[in-house]
Amino acid sequence: MSFPFYVSPEQMTQDKAEFARKGIARGKSLITLEYDDGIAMVAENPLNLSKIGEIYDRIAFAGVGKYSEFDRLRKMGVQYADVEGFRFSREDVRGKALANLFSQVIGDEFNRSMKPLEVEIVVAEVGEPQFVGHEKNAIYKVQFDGAIMDLHGYCVIGGSVENLQGHMESHFRSNLPLGDALRLGREALMRAENGNPDLPPESLEICLLERQRRGRKFRRLSADELRGILGL
Amino acid sequence: MRFRFWDGYQGASFAELVESEFPQLRPDLSGLYAGDRQIPTAHGTTVIGVRYADGVLVAGDRLATMDYRVASRDIQKVYATDGYSLMAIAGAAGPSIEMARLLGIQFEHYEKIEGEQLELEGKANVLSGLIRQNLPAAMQGLVVVPIFAGYDRRRSTGRVWKYEITGGRYEEKEYESTGSGSLFARESLKKSYRANASREDVIRIVVEALTDAADEDRGTGGVDTLRGLYPTIKLATEAGIEDVGDEEIAGIYEQVIGSRRRSTS
Repeated sequence: MSFPFYVSPEQMTQDKAEFARKGIARGKSLITLEYDDGIAMVAENPLNLSKIGEIYDRIAFAGVGKYSEFDRLRKMGVQYADVEGFRFSREDVRGKALANLFSQVIGDEFNRSMKPLEVEIVVAEVGEPQFVGHEKNAIYKVQFDGAIMDLHGYCVIGGSVENLQGHMESHFRSNLPLGDALRLGREALMRAENGNPDLPPESLEICLLERQRRGRKFRRLSADELRGILGL
Repeated sequence: MRFRFWDGYQGASFAELVESEFPQLRPDLSGLYAGDRQIPTAHGTTVIGVRYADGVLVAGDRLATMDYRVASRDIQKVYATDGYSLMAIAGAAGPSIEMARLLGIQFEHYEKIEGEQLELEGKANVLSGLIRQNLPAAMQGLVVVPIFAGYDRRRSTGRVWKYEITGGRYEEKEYESTGSGSLFARESLKKSYRANASREDVIRIVVEALTDAADEDRGTGGVDTLRGLYPTIKLATEAGIEDVGDEEIAGIYEQVIGSRRRSTS
């Protein structure tokens, strides 16, 4: 019987993190940003396989990295939200609990399995002004190791984050109108090293959580709608 | 609640998800028979689905009965299960309402998991499955016999289905009514129904049918002018679901009653 070589926990964690980072850096980027009437998620994605999805009335999901992995997480999120909403009420389904669930699952995978998940995800929850205690927007980012961050304004995930982050930092303002917010998101994406320097609407995947919409606030924009909003 | 990542349920059906992962959330109601006496539960009575020019109309009275008593005067029997479909319930109120809720969640769940809506026919089929699952409870008296209707955007037309307790479903070309007063409602619809009726005409036809049903069947609640309670009427058209307001129904009801009123002398 042979015994595996001893590997220190530090070394193992480092190796796994490096592996996951590499996997994520190969992919395209995705930006989540607040605008005056909701939250927008903007991704470079010319494919039919979407990176952004509806979870519940006020909650959306976005993932980058390995598609099969973040899509499985998205589906688990939908299952969680629908079961909790069925068990309790629609208002009881909250973004924070969902982000915590993702953090736990991704963290467990990182610690326990040989191969960590090569994903980074965002959970966005738009506020409901008429509903006491639920007025504020929330954006949570969960990393490949399960680390969870609570962000305000905007959030960048995926490859070449530094370039995009810099652009967002210098240009983002709160309460941007929808058109300006989407233009900013598109401009930032065009700065990515591996990105398309002239992104046509067909190569963008954009979804909104619209605060004024009743019930399910998630909406996917078509290329035509996008052309109208961006003025392209 | 434990959600499993790799080895949990992976399909797009909410009912199956609950059954395989969280069975405690769907309790078995088949033990409701106590000896030879059934424990009284609330029952809903007359509901109607009618196709018309713009799509389909679904209506129901507001009364629920428990044995010979009123259980509720303002129960809702017509539910929008998504943006283009409606379900009307007759039979045991508790399981029926739960079924309507489950159906709505099922459609939404499928749409979110798969990224696309089910076709109207697929939605009608999902309801068959839920009714079939309810069969043990139905054998104990908790019968659920709904009507399912909606606007089929692929075919640009309204469609309506009736069901039986085995889950069997039959598409109707014109109209359908179920519940204790349905015999009288159908008799009324038989005479007044016209293909491609306008919105206003179809509402009048249905208000008449519900009035006839309430007239002959003690379990069907008509218009309750004392409390200002009117039947629920919803339309499914190309534009989505529309609730017909009480004022509009009240106006049409006055016309119907006016034409039938006899003088006392």
